[in-house]
Amino acid sequence: MPDTALAHQFEDLDQQREVATLGMWVFLVTELLFFGGLFLTYSVYRGWYPEDFAAASHELIVWAGTLNTVVLITSSLTMVLAVHAAEGGHRRALILFLLATMALGCVFLSVKAFEYRTEYLEHHIPGWGFQFKADHFLHAQIFFSLYFVMTGLHALHMINGLGVMAVMVWLSYRGTITPAYSNPIEISGLYWHFVDIIWIFLFPLLYLIGRHVH
Amino acid sequence: MSTESRAATRPYYVVFIALLVCTYLTWQVAFFDLGRLNAIAALGIAGFKATLVVWYFMHARTSSRLTWIVAFGGLLWLFILLALTAGDYLTRG
Repeated sequence: MPDTALAHQFEDLDQQREVATLGMWVFLVTELLFFGGLFLTYSVYRGWYPEDFAAASHELIVWAGTLNTVVLITSSLTMVLAVHAAEGGHRRALILFLLATMALGCVFLSVKAFEYRTEYLEHHIPGWGFQFKADHFLHAQIFFSLYFVMTGLHALHMINGLGVMAVMVWLSYRGTITPAYSNPIEISGLYWHFVDIIWIFLFPLLYLIGRHVH
Repeated sequence: MSTESRAATRPYYVVFIALLVCTYLTWQVAFFDLGRLNAIAALGIAGFKATLVVWYFMHARTSSRLTWIVAFGGLLWLFILLALTAGDYLTRG
């Protein structure tokens, strides 16, 4: 058990792990309230303009949103398996699961980019070039503004997550991660799962409003 | 990995399957006209999925009480944010 794993301000590795985990949870709580403000804004406007929100939501590509939900859930599975491999000291499996998680993250972002491109081509980006059925024109822009801000912020978190995972692959490859010092993988996983949870709520709220109408 | 390790990861696969089933459900239920229940069903299923992820994937199951308090504290503040604002917007004439 390498002594270098224990930072000098901690009594032992258990205390160090406890502090790291707690610190990440505190950060995630601030993130929860950060996204919470957007979910609140969404709820207020959806309450005001339900028909416009349903009409705008129908223009989103449902299969792409569903596919991305499955991709992110799968990436959460590979992430938790990476944590398990780290705790068991299986370095090869750890690196492979981290790379699989990153690959799935890239698939998610590619599908998202494809959706943004489609929405750009269909003139669904709010602003001067926005085009929509006349009776929903004004308030559909509010939906699309929220859609781009919420999914954009989520995508930014995914990109951050990919950066974190790249560092974790490097640390694992270098042999810094050991069963005694696996908490970097554990807390990176907490962040990754949190971003997954945000998408779990974004998917039905943005893609599935009033689908039964058509 | 050893068979012992395989047994330890089985719950993760079970949760994974449950999350996929819930995704299918949330997608299917959106195509039925349930009135206001549509939104409640969507949020209910999403909440259940989030709970599964937090409890099993984020290891809340085996986390310390202090971590639980922090997580519940976050939910409490989110509830205050949503409830007080809803209290305003839902009661306007």
